Amino acid sequence: MGRLNWDALPFYSWVAFTGALVTVGGGLLVVALILYKGWTRKLWTDWLTTVDHKKIGIMYIVLAMVMLLRGFIDALMMRAQQAIAMGNEGYLPPEHFDQIFSSHGTIMIFFMAMPFLTGLINYVMPLQIGARDVAFPFLNAVSFFMTAAGAVLMLLSLVIGVFSTAGWTGYPPYSGAQYSPGVGVDYWIWSVMISGIGTTLSGVNFVTTIMTQRAPGMRLMQMPMFVWTALCSSILMVFAFPALTVVTMMLALDRTFGFHFFTNAAGGNQMQYANLFWMWGHPEVYILILPAFGVFSEVVSVFSSKRLFGYVSMVWATMAIAVLSFTVWLHHFFTMGSSANVNAAFGIATMIIAIPTGVKVFDWLFTMYRGRIRITSPMLWTMGFMVTFGIGGMTGVLLAIPAADYVMHNTTFLVAHFHNMLVPGALFGFFAGYMYWFPKAFGFQLSEVWGKRAFWFWFTGFYCAFMPLYALGFMGMSRRMEHYDVATWQPYLIFACFGAVLVLLGIICLGIQLWVSVRDRVALADTTGDPWDGRTLEWATSSPPPEYNFAHIPDVSDLDAFYEMKQTARTAPAPYEDIHLPASSVYAPLMGVAAAIFGFAVIWWIWWLAALSLAALVALTIARNVTGEPHVTIHAAEVAKIEGART
Amino acid sequence: MSASHTSPTANPQSPTYTGYLTGYVLAAVLSVIPFGAVMLGGLSTHAVMVIIGLTALIQAAVQLKYFLHIDFKHSPKENLFALAFAVVLVVLMIGGSLWIVSDLNARMMPAMGANMEMPQEL
Ligand code: HEM
Ligand SMILES: [Cu+2]
Repeated sequence: MGRLNWDALPFYSWVAFTGALVTVGGGLLVVALILYKGWTRKLWTDWLTTVDHKKIGIMYIVLAMVMLLRGFIDALMMRAQQAIAMGNEGYLPPEHFDQIFSSHGTIMIFFMAMPFLTGLINYVMPLQIGARDVAFPFLNAVSFFMTAAGAVLMLLSLVIGVFSTAGWTGYPPYSGAQYSPGVGVDYWIWSVMISGIGTTLSGVNFVTTIMTQRAPGMRLMQMPMFVWTALCSSILMVFAFPALTVVTMMLALDRTFGFHFFTNAAGGNQMQYANLFWMWGHPEVYILILPAFGVFSEVVSVFSSKRLFGYVSMVWATMAIAVLSFTVWLHHFFTMGSSANVNAAFGIATMIIAIPTGVKVFDWLFTMYRGRIRITSPMLWTMGFMVTFGIGGMTGVLLAIPAADYVMHNTTFLVAHFHNMLVPGALFGFFAGYMYWFPKAFGFQLSEVWGKRAFWFWFTGFYCAFMPLYALGFMGMSRRMEHYDVATWQPYLIFACFGAVLVLLGIICLGIQLWVSVRDRVALADTTGDPWDGRTLEWATSSPPPEYNFAHIPDVSDLDAFYEMKQTARTAPAPYEDIHLPASSVYAPLMGVAAAIFGFAVIWWIWWLAALSLAALVALTIARNVTGEPHVTIHAAEVAKIEGART
Repeated sequence: MSASHTSPTANPQSPTYTGYLTGYVLAAVLSVIPFGAVMLGGLSTHAVMVIIGLTALIQAAVQLKYFLHIDFKHSPKENLFALAFAVVLVVLMIGGSLWIVSDLNARMMPAMGANMEMPQEL
């Protein structure tokens, strides 16, 4: 069994043991619920084996929400530790605290934000371009199960073995075999690598879908803004993620097979790790933020009852950001010792990105200007984003000055900065999208009252939790500190902990919102398919949309295609035709299982199992390719029945 | 440019079995050469690096031609555009890396200078 034995169980600290119990208990509870309700068959046939982009999108978002919970518990634990640990050890031993910041960062980036945005793109983008599915529906399912396999490994590390203590960036030499001999870094490597492969495949899929599956007549410059941001984000996925796959693979070779890409003693160089990691890492933050920009653009235009201001400039700004995001990665390691010229070049490139981003902010503001604004919950998230993101952007430009970065690097100022970008710039956008498109996906609206409460707790909680960290950074507090003995820091850290508690209330509100809305779903039902007076094609079909999305592929001649349709008289519908859709497939979930087992086996050096699961993965791939593309047909009569029921 | 439901990568000349085979053989040969250059030894580090770089570039071209069927006559405009974009990014990434790493090398290891040979101690 490789290096797996009973010592792998988390008896080393009661906190870790509780975490393991909660994880296992939560899992068992879900299984029990499914068995008790008799959902097993439904879950398998309707969800796990599906290749429908809408259901895959929902599964991604469910995964993201679960991981958000886990990532947030980590955050709360860190905040509590730092609030207590002034001049004492606090309640977390160092090796456990280090696992927590590593898992928090890894989870939030790879298993919360990435699935959330992939889920939103999956659900919405095909509807917005008037397509019946993505270009490669089966590949889409494979992508999802690769991400899920990574998430499973991530959660498993809490129960069997330990997680990495090397931070979410996993820098060698510390993450090398010599200084981190256990399984922790391997858990990090394999969960990140497997899910990263899924993301690369998603990127390929989305780019192809947007380029080839658009409704007839929809030119590129008539695509909704969210589709544009999805396109640019996907292009970044395709070009940036291979760097991550390669660098984690090299680190795995170093650790497991005694290679020495990053081991100085044998001619390797750990600086190359930082270089390769951030070559992926910086584009990654734009992968996270661009789709949220897309959501904000849709929301701001719909709830200002106006066409998006400066659509063309918005498109160009998005593309400029996408290209520029590949020219700045060195700003993550200004302090590694490059000469002033190199640092200056990358610092200036970084500041230049603020220009297209500023263009976008002004476009949103001008969209609101003299619009008939409806302050709904998606709109609140959007406005909260604009204010907060502006502050984060300014601290970013500050950090882009190499000389300033030498002072702020590795302090809590940096932690405050990137949370100031990612919480409003990614998470608020995803929440806005979630509340905006929820009625489309489920046929009833989410409770506005609880949505607004959630927003206010998140918004104030964010400020309370992170503004003190800016000050602490100036006061010299390093990031990732388990305890400290500077008494003047403690009040700030206690206040930051209070902020995290406010965010907790925000998360509880989100839960209550879901509960209340499901309970009152009849009263909140959306029978029109267009609850917000929308402007884009996803609102033209029913809520929830039929499996085939559109009975007739819409004909598009304008940006805001659906708004245009509503203005012009409806022509009598043409007769319905048979619709062919890809059939569900058992291969994708099986491949996910095989990938998870493979990752687990390599982490624990169980080589026979690794060989077996890898062989299974290859065999499944070949088998699937030999069986071809099975289809199901929905007959015209059935389409007529479904469509007839709609009005 | 507007959406047709046929794939834009569809090439008028459908891919052939011999095409894939030629590509496969060429790719294999182009992988064996750099491996050989490293494993057989005898060449200067500089020469080995040039060989690895060149064979990698040629191999990329081979794969584009034989496996992805991209050429300048038949491929649709947007595919070539995508390729040009890829070239820009690759130049940025590789050029940037070379710049960064050689600068660091010059600053951090003055004693080694241009001599990249490192002592082999494990
Ligand atoms: C809103 C609630 C959140 C709270 C209270 C929170 C709190 C924290 C804390 C206390 C740390 C450790 C700081 C230190 O090193 O001293 C941290 C690190 C980090 N957080 Fe968050 N966070 C939150 C949300 C997020 C989100 C939404 C993301 C990403 C999308 C994120 C990404 C990260 C990353 C990447 C790190 C660095 C981990 C490392 O040091 O390796 N966080 N966060
Ligand atoms: Cu960056």
